[in-house]
Amino acid sequence: MYFGLSEDQEFFKDNVSKFLQDHAPLDVIKKIIEDDEHDLKNNIKNGLVNLGINSLLIPEEYGGLGLDLLFATAVSQSLGENIAPFSFLSSYVMAPIALINGGNTEQKEKYLKGILENKYKFGVGFSEFISARNDFGFIFKDNKINGKSIFVLDADDVSHLLLADENGVIGVVDTSDKNIEIIKLTTVDKTRSYSEVIFKNASIDVLENSITDIEPIKKSIDAGRIILAADSLGASEALIRKAVAYSKERKQFGRAIGSFQAVKHMCAEMASDLEPCYSLVWHAAHCFDNIPNESRLMACHAKSHVSEVSKVISKKATEVHGGMGFTDLMGIHYWFKRIGVNRQNLGSPETIREEAAKIQNL
Amino acid sequence: MNLNYGPEYKNFKKEVISFCKKWEGVHFVDEAKSPLTPITKVGGKKITRTEWQSILIKEGYFARSIPKEYGGYGGESDVIKNRIIASEFSNHGVPSPMSGQGIDMLVPTLLELGTEQQKKEYIEKTLLGEIIWCQGYSEPNAGSDLASLQTKGELVDGNWVINGQKIWTSTAQYSQMMFCLVRTEPEAKKHAGISYLLIPMETPGIEIRPLVDMTLKAGFNEVFFTNVTIPEANIVGKRGEGWAVANATLTHERGSLTNPNATMNRVNSLINIMKKETINGKKLIDIPVYRDKLMTLQAKVMAFQSNSLRVLSAKLNPGQDVKMAGMIQKYYGTELRHELEGFAVDVMGEIGTLYESSPHLRDKGSWQFLYMYYLGLIIGGGTSQIQKNIIAERGLGMPREPKVQEA
Repeated sequence: MYFGLSEDQEFFKDNVSKFLQDHAPLDVIKKIIEDDEHDLKNNIKNGLVNLGINSLLIPEEYGGLGLDLLFATAVSQSLGENIAPFSFLSSYVMAPIALINGGNTEQKEKYLKGILENKYKFGVGFSEFISARNDFGFIFKDNKINGKSIFVLDADDVSHLLLADENGVIGVVDTSDKNIEIIKLTTVDKTRSYSEVIFKNASIDVLENSITDIEPIKKSIDAGRIILAADSLGASEALIRKAVAYSKERKQFGRAIGSFQAVKHMCAEMASDLEPCYSLVWHAAHCFDNIPNESRLMACHAKSHVSEVSKVISKKATEVHGGMGFTDLMGIHYWFKRIGVNRQNLGSPETIREEAAKIQNL
Repeated sequence: MNLNYGPEYKNFKKEVISFCKKWEGVHFVDEAKSPLTPITKVGGKKITRTEWQSILIKEGYFARSIPKEYGGYGGESDVIKNRIIASEFSNHGVPSPMSGQGIDMLVPTLLELGTEQQKKEYIEKTLLGEIIWCQGYSEPNAGSDLASLQTKGELVDGNWVINGQKIWTSTAQYSQMMFCLVRTEPEAKKHAGISYLLIPMETPGIEIRPLVDMTLKAGFNEVFFTNVTIPEANIVGKRGEGWAVANATLTHERGSLTNPNATMNRVNSLINIMKKETINGKKLIDIPVYRDKLMTLQAKVMAFQSNSLRVLSAKLNPGQDVKMAGMIQKYYGTELRHELEGFAVDVMGEIGTLYESSPHLRDKGSWQFLYMYYLGLIIGGGTSQIQKNIIAERGLGMPREPKVQEA
């Protein structure tokens, strides 16, 4: 029995972290966001793809590494820790899982290989399936899609979009189709992209197995939630580390503020709240591949619980930094905002807890 | 990640299950020996506690790694086997082995630091439940700052003569012996002046006064010592080494106060209540605010269960670093359990406040009782605030509070 990340997983996770620390420190990320520096952003993208990040979940029969979700979870921790300006969730987790479970032979062959060859990138629009807001929604009919989707994840600069209708049927839309309009949305988190997409009779390639089977969309969402939980987990870890380091450095009343119990106890609370989240997220990822009957509930609880914990940490860690925590100079807000948006993606905590209750027939 | 225990444990589990089936419903003729004795079902075989303990030791289901010469089973320590035993005993309603401060704290201490004679004299009898121990640590003016304790021990004509007072002494009224921290070196510095003494409770000069707590059920005591005289040899470790001797066991106590699986059982009991009870004809489980809070707590308990698997894993895989995961357990587990029990009281509303033998009581009043009892555990064994100091200073490496100049 061994509960934790394997040596390989730790090693890969550390490599991703090291790459990001070297090539995407905060000042580089700020440049990318403030000056819209495409080259810098592409360097990071290419560097991570060179590490093999796009092939983790692609099965070996399609030339990928065929690793399990726990591996991707470890990577996601590093991406969150370093607030990486990189779209991992959609192209390299949710799309592969949806395609593997929902695609027919040709669809798998085409899209999975495309992802592996770095030719295809995906945005994911599952919001209308999870919790449709106001008048957003779309209809698949005769291989055409009509309507609009709000909050399509990672739709910036991609070759395809993966959409799910209210019944959980999944379709692929080519972004070069003239009959779609992608409108960029501005959220507080500028390290990743979010869009609204309008479809006017655009062509759609419906994933064949998703018509009769609800599992492809559900599994893709389960995986996505675990990966988002891991991203917030990593971001929270970084915030605690920063808060503790600052509290040892910053002096007031003639002593390091970290020696005051008011500050010390905030840090201890953050650490105590976060520590079990590592185990919960890893356990959920392990269940995803190995213990299917516990997997959906674990994914729900991992996402909603880490969302709650990381929200509190993002507040307390900012407070430990005092006024400096509130400034753009210090940049703590990048982690605060990343956590804030992760919390709402693929279902807010309340939405997911209702799902968790239903899964247990409550 | 690998959550399988391995094939050798499958057989072991089968053995334990067949043992449990054989002994289902066993209960004790000498039930009320101590409040820490687990309560068992009526029906089935009758047996004495001591007989039960010795059956468990013989099978290797208790005192597994304690050497045979001191009354144990004499096997290898095996955390997975311990886990299987605990969970199958609980599944089948078979009484667990006795626990308590003697078994959990004194026995490990003697094994590590006791003299040969002390080991022979006390360990076996303690394992069999023939000697029950109480712990004499806290004093009215030495709580979180335990090392400032003042109970005095003087060596007079080859005997320790003890004067002073202890408090929060659970089970003192049932105990044959006390392991006790006493200031024997008044000239030495705070931590260096303490010795660890073993005191027979029948010694003249000991007075026990019950200290009723808020639950009105679980009993603490105050214990007063007036010229209590015991042999010089009743010391573990050397004079002035008592603090180090005690610390070996304090660490043990912190880890053992909370059990995430028991907490998850409480979540499941709460779900049953929420499916049955109604407000204005509506089931509690269908009321969105309660439903949401229930799921919030279930997730938290699940995280705590996963955390404990990680701590278990580190015991099997030396070198795995789970320092923080272990350090938070007392703080996290007691606060979580208190919150859960309190939430159950809330969903029941006024009915949740019923107590003792009131009409309309649910689950024997256990929710209200444990809500209060866990407040005691949040405070006892190092308060949540002390835990946070430890987590911050030893876990996160934050600076200690500057020392106040001694007056």
